[in-house]
Amino acid sequence: MSISVKNLSKHYDKQKAVDAISFEAKPGRILGFLGPNGAGKSTTMRMLTGYLIPTSGEAEIASKSILSDAIEAKKHIGYLPENTPLYADMYVKEFLSFVGQTYQIVNLPARIDEVVKMVGLTPEQHKKIGMLSKGYRQRVGLAQAIIHNPEVLILDEPTAGLDPNQLVDIRQLIKTLGVAKTVVISTHIMQEVEAICDDIIIINRGKIVANDSLEGLKKVYQHQSLEDIFRKLTA
Amino acid sequence: MYAVFKRELLSFLSSMVAYITIGIFLLVSGLLLWFFPDTSILDYGYAELDGFFSLVPYLFMFLIPAITMRAFAEERREGTFELLITRPIQIWQIVMAKYLASLVLVLFALIPTIIYYYSISKLGFPEGNIDSGSVIGSYIGLFLLGAAFTSMGIFSSALTKNQIIAFVISAALCAFAFLGFDYSSQIAALQSIENPIHNLGINQHYISISRGVLDTRDLIYFMSFSVLFLLLTNLIIGGKR
Repeated sequence: MSISVKNLSKHYDKQKAVDAISFEAKPGRILGFLGPNGAGKSTTMRMLTGYLIPTSGEAEIASKSILSDAIEAKKHIGYLPENTPLYADMYVKEFLSFVGQTYQIVNLPARIDEVVKMVGLTPEQHKKIGMLSKGYRQRVGLAQAIIHNPEVLILDEPTAGLDPNQLVDIRQLIKTLGVAKTVVISTHIMQEVEAICDDIIIINRGKIVANDSLEGLKKVYQHQSLEDIFRKLTA
Repeated sequence: MYAVFKRELLSFLSSMVAYITIGIFLLVSGLLLWFFPDTSILDYGYAELDGFFSLVPYLFMFLIPAITMRAFAEERREGTFELLITRPIQIWQIVMAKYLASLVLVLFALIPTIIYYYSISKLGFPEGNIDSGSVIGSYIGLFLLGAAFTSMGIFSSALTKNQIIAFVISAALCAFAFLGFDYSSQIAALQSIENPIHNLGINQHYISISRGVLDTRDLIYFMSFSVLFLLLTNLIIGGKR
């Protein structure tokens, strides 16, 4: 298992943002992490990536504990946070080179060129990040997440705010990446889930309310639309 | 850690931060040292740099907070802090990288002022009649003082997302650490512990080093000062998760 989560919780005072959730994710499959706003999706992702420290529970990324072996675990994660925060004053390649150095990648310039091509940044590669459109910023965000070729990709709403053309491109890219890696994406868009996800976890008020493959979920709910299933489980 | 240090330094140099702060520092210190009649060497008549060395701490009180205020505050506001923390780097390495990058900028501001030393040694009579030992000591003292101010600036920046608040807090901390202990020690009620309080202040140790005597006690004071605030920064950054 590339990701294995056991009873992971995050409490803020008395509020339980994430309440003892457990799940696993396998390589070669894309896991869709669904839930209403404030359900705890981002909090879970932030705990997995080491940004937040869990109140209790344990998780392993590529068999490395995110608590006791955090630095090793982080080396196996590529992470795109919500809203794609980037250093606006840096040039695209300069930024990717900075990210690459933090992972001590050998032969970095070649890898940067490769990644730039992979995410389709070639026409904009000499610009400052602050000058890029939303779609291209998203690509830079993806590029920095995959530059060290991680086993696990955690993408928090990677397609929010993109136009339909960009949406198709980015989804295609995520799908390609998902062939060899374990990908977890969070999203609100149900068509997106149907288009790219293999497995689905629905989370509501910090608890998992569904954890199944896309087909499995549809079978259980007698082929209702995913939207109806989502509304039924989280209303 | 080196990658973060390099990025910090380059972001100072590629934005106007470095040039404006260093430029204003050199402009103000130059004007006060050479031009304004009240403080000018030319009117004072003695070819020495003491005036400059007693003036710079007051400039640093404003310039160093201006350099350090963005260190963590901006990253937290922009959200890039999340990207930084999720890299395989220890938090103390991030803190150190930011501290050292700011300190290098302080050093960049100090280096051009060596020309004042050269000019004044030329003005001396006979030529070169200047207390070099005291000047070297004073530069070391200024650098250590800058290091202490920088650590307080980095600490303040970790407290808040708001750069203005970070600036004000660190300017206040710098002012208090430099002068506050001296002033507090004069309070009548504290008379019995006047000396210990006096010794806690930066000014006391700065003056001591400026005499050109490198006392290990002063060195240890300045180092533990920086270490203390960097540890606190580390705690705050680590604890906010």
